[in-house]
Amino acid sequence: MARFLIRRIFQGLIVMFLMTITVFIIFFIGPGPSAVARTLAGRQATPAQVAAVSHRLLLDRPYPVQYGHFIWLLLHGNLGYDYYHDQSVNSIIAAAFPITLSLLVGAAILWLTIGVLTGIVSAVRTRSIWDRSFTTLALIFYSMPTFVLGFLLILGFYYELTINHINLFPAPGTFIPLTSNPVQWARALILPWFTIALVSAAIYTRLTRNTMLDVFGEDYIRTARSKGMGERRVIFRHTLRSAMTPLVTQAGLDIGALVGGAIVTEQVFGLPGVGYTAIKAISQQDLPVVIGVVLVASAGVVAGNIAADILYAVLDPRVRLH
Amino acid sequence: MSYDVGDLVAVRDSAAEPPEVPEGDAAKTIEGRSPWRLAMQRLRRDRAAMIALGVIILIVLMAIFAPLFTTITGHGVYQQFRGPQPPIGLTPLGQPVRPSSAFWLGTDDQGRDILVRIAYGARISLFVGIVATAFVVAIGTLVGLAAGYFGKIVDTILARMIDWLLAIPFLLFAISLVSIISPGLTLVIIVIAFFGWGAVGRIVRGQVLSIREREYIEAARALGAGPWRIMFVDILPNLLAPLIVYTTLLIPLTIVIEATLSFLGIGVPPPTPDWGQMIDAASSIYLYGPWWYLVFPSLALVITTLAFNIFGDGVRDAFDPRGELYV
Repeated sequence: MARFLIRRIFQGLIVMFLMTITVFIIFFIGPGPSAVARTLAGRQATPAQVAAVSHRLLLDRPYPVQYGHFIWLLLHGNLGYDYYHDQSVNSIIAAAFPITLSLLVGAAILWLTIGVLTGIVSAVRTRSIWDRSFTTLALIFYSMPTFVLGFLLILGFYYELTINHINLFPAPGTFIPLTSNPVQWARALILPWFTIALVSAAIYTRLTRNTMLDVFGEDYIRTARSKGMGERRVIFRHTLRSAMTPLVTQAGLDIGALVGGAIVTEQVFGLPGVGYTAIKAISQQDLPVVIGVVLVASAGVVAGNIAADILYAVLDPRVRLH
Repeated sequence: MSYDVGDLVAVRDSAAEPPEVPEGDAAKTIEGRSPWRLAMQRLRRDRAAMIALGVIILIVLMAIFAPLFTTITGHGVYQQFRGPQPPIGLTPLGQPVRPSSAFWLGTDDQGRDILVRIAYGARISLFVGIVATAFVVAIGTLVGLAAGYFGKIVDTILARMIDWLLAIPFLLFAISLVSIISPGLTLVIIVIAFFGWGAVGRIVRGQVLSIREREYIEAARALGAGPWRIMFVDILPNLLAPLIVYTTLLIPLTIVIEATLSFLGIGVPPPTPDWGQMIDAASSIYLYGPWWYLVFPSLALVITTLAFNIFGDGVRDAFDPRGELYV
């Protein structure tokens, strides 16, 4: 177990290392250094002033030196400072992260609940009207791009309600920290949560339904039924447990991918989370912030994968980690 | 939802069971029907899939005959109806006008006819959907074949590459590529092809791993067939069914990704009509009233992806009625 963890974490670190190099390469092939220096020096700047800015940001140094500087800072737990306001990248990400985390946790709870429950009902009552409606709805939401669903929810539940003087949801872009007012926090996030959750739940509905149907065909389920076990116990104790494994893998990947920001949803609702910060930084060619976000995002993916593998072994005793 | 192409179908790494071939006397009395014909028969009987196919054909026709919409309405794709002579496509305040007999689906923020632009926008969605998917499947198949067939070091390197690719925050990288490659169709196709092949490669690799242990491969090798012949003549045809299924299900996903990239400003630049880009433009003004600018391009997009997904599901069920290949 420990060896498995160490190896996976090591592999994850290699992936993250490759990511930072890729970001560096993209930045230096593109207009990055000169664009940043020129923007910062201002429109009237002389070449000497531009050069001075480049020098201050180390942008005139050889690439390996810049990369070495970045790694040196990173080893001290410092992601560097952004080019435009000298703000530390740590604090920029720390400010954006609670928003992304709030989005992620709420959405994940919703989509897992919706997806797994509808999947169970569909599997237990195959070909019933419930099964048909759930699978059809799943297909519709699966076909819907996240941003389309987000805008339609805003149009239907914010705009239409608000112009009719029903102020159920605050204007998009509102974020109230959980610690200051939990009710307002949830109210402001319900639409973004459902945007992510409905699109994601669709995959889980189908996955739960199909794996449960597979498991229903297993010998041990027949045995359990023939010895007189109640249907509820068969479903929840025996079938669901083995049907959980592919779900856990999928959830690990999906949740991990969202750590780097629900880019589209944050953009649609104007929530300044990690993804939103990243897009702004990319458009300004603000390398330190971009690298910081990419590191956080890939760490999320790697952690999600590892967590899924561990849960896999917990749920299914046949799986041993090597 | 993440934009990992692998989300589409979780596939177990198991090879396709060969269809049961009747032997001896049975073979004489039973008319031989190839698995292809059986699949086609099943597909034709699937009502939902056939309706979806009809919708797809309509959308393709709309894309091909988009100029017809210009002829019928008399409105050009780029034509801005700013007045003063009718029809007037902008209100005195410069707002889009709502759907009417002059503009069936209303106008956009530049006073252009939304219906005509949706028809032309279908061209980009379908083009990217098909071309990018073709690249994804082609690259994935080649890599998967090589990894599965050669094994050992080739397999290890390619498998690591796929892991790395699937761990990349896809949208972030796509957006940062804009600084090197200017936004447009080429960038969209490159991005989708580059980030998409991993999932296909993984599936093909799994299939090849089990196929290459079969006896007929051994026989081919004993007859002196080289690796290329075995890979492309003996193994590849066995992968066709899963590849066809995967391709039909990848097309709608690719269309969604294209629209998303356009929405984020990495797709086809304006004024070329594109659904994702129209929705992006609508997003800044729809809360001031012109809901039609948001709703109609969104509907076009969702109807298209839904039709492809329903058809793809039908194709999957037809080729794999026992649900062995795909979850």
